[in-house]
Amino acid sequence: MKHELIEKNLGLMIPLIIVAISFGFLVEVVPLFFTKEVTTPVTGLKPLTALEIEGRDIYIREGCNVCHTQMIRPFRAETERYGHYSVAGESVYEHPFLWGSKRTGPDLARVGGRYSDAWHRAHLYDPRDVVPESNMPAFPWLFTAKINTAYTAKKLEALRLVGVPYTDADIAGAVEQVEGKYEIEALVAYLQQLGTVISSKR
Amino acid sequence: MTTFWTIWITVISLGSLFGCTWLLWVTRKSEPFQSETSETMGHEYDGIEEYDNPLPKWWLYMFMATIVFGLVYYLLYPGLGGFKGLFGWTQENQWEAEVQAAEAKYGPLYAELAAQPIEALAQDTRAIRMGQRLFANNCAVCHGSAARGSFGFPDLTDNDWLYGGTPDKIKETLLIGRIAAMPAWEAVIGAEGITQVAHYVRAMSGQQNVDKALADRGSSLYAANCAVCHGGDGKGIQSLGAPNLTDGVWLYGGTQAMVEASLRNGRNGVMPAFKDTLGEERVHLVSAYVYSLSKDN
Repeated sequence: MKHELIEKNLGLMIPLIIVAISFGFLVEVVPLFFTKEVTTPVTGLKPLTALEIEGRDIYIREGCNVCHTQMIRPFRAETERYGHYSVAGESVYEHPFLWGSKRTGPDLARVGGRYSDAWHRAHLYDPRDVVPESNMPAFPWLFTAKINTAYTAKKLEALRLVGVPYTDADIAGAVEQVEGKYEIEALVAYLQQLGTVISSKR
Repeated sequence: MTTFWTIWITVISLGSLFGCTWLLWVTRKSEPFQSETSETMGHEYDGIEEYDNPLPKWWLYMFMATIVFGLVYYLLYPGLGGFKGLFGWTQENQWEAEVQAAEAKYGPLYAELAAQPIEALAQDTRAIRMGQRLFANNCAVCHGSAARGSFGFPDLTDNDWLYGGTPDKIKETLLIGRIAAMPAWEAVIGAEGITQVAHYVRAMSGQQNVDKALADRGSSLYAANCAVCHGGDGKGIQSLGAPNLTDGVWLYGGTQAMVEASLRNGRNGVMPAFKDTLGEERVHLVSAYVYSLSKDN
């Protein structure tokens, strides 16, 4: 074998390295783009409303996904606590995904409807008011800041561009839906719909 | 998965596996020396040279072993597109097996406890312990780990019940949830009316620092607007979830300011339904635990 032929010829080595490391991607990722279970929304899945989209962006802004996953794995310990395991069809309209990779706090994939709006408000204002041992930060500014509506319609347009089925009416009415509302309302609206499409335990 | 993708995955996966085998084989054969040597590769940088030794044997055999492991894995588990693997393993059936094993282990226990009335379970230490665990995991975030509640979340230990404290009512509350419907009154009775009614309501609960004149004016407003739900005597109606206003227990605070706030903005406390989350058998145990808390007091 002539190692030297490749080792001393960068123009050859670089493409060959790229080929070698692309196999994992080609095998494990690329086929998913064309797999029905991954690209078809589950029955009843609807695009988020403008208010929920703004809530989702606040969720991202405040870094909630750093400590909270949105991915219930198919283990009994998880389904007992959180409900039905997450399925790919629930994330079809998610751009970007917020599955997360580390749980400092609990998983939120099915937190929707689990607590009352009032609880979420109390909890976000200061988590220790309701859960004394909590180490979650407080988010009091959400109660005084109004939602910035400058990009609300554009966000929906951008999502439509990548395949979320928003209608022209959705986009036209987007600003009106969030105008004058506080950020806490958007975040709670977003949290309360999480995972509610599949409500059965199994 | 379509045939095309099965072929795509299989060809690349096995291709790279066999490619590694081939590479390992040809590089090994082409070694000029089959054992350790003092010959060098022929280059030297900063006085550092490299021996032209073959791969260490243990390393070579481990490499081969990983390839064999890979092939066996592909045979047993679903790694090659649509091929299911000889074990027939999937995430779902592993989960299903876990759940069934747990069902077989705990099912009879839950069934046995669920068959007993809540009054009996409230005396049963084992049932109470199980109910307490379930309460700690599911209910304590709102009602507190000692079930004493907090602002807006009822104390479950005090014998003061919004929707009824009989075992059946507690279980019903847990199963279907509750949504309180105290409307906002400012638009109806005005800011002054709210002050007057708040004084009247505080007077009903036996508070002393009440303005008699304002409370008297509040009484007619109360009779016209509030008595429908809270009763003419202010004792509340549990079938509506309307609290007793005379007992000094305040879910949202009993000061003049807090009572006014409740009147002005309304209150819509929500107890989520736990039928889907916990299932009826576990709700039965939690009901027994909650029932036992107030019974002792």
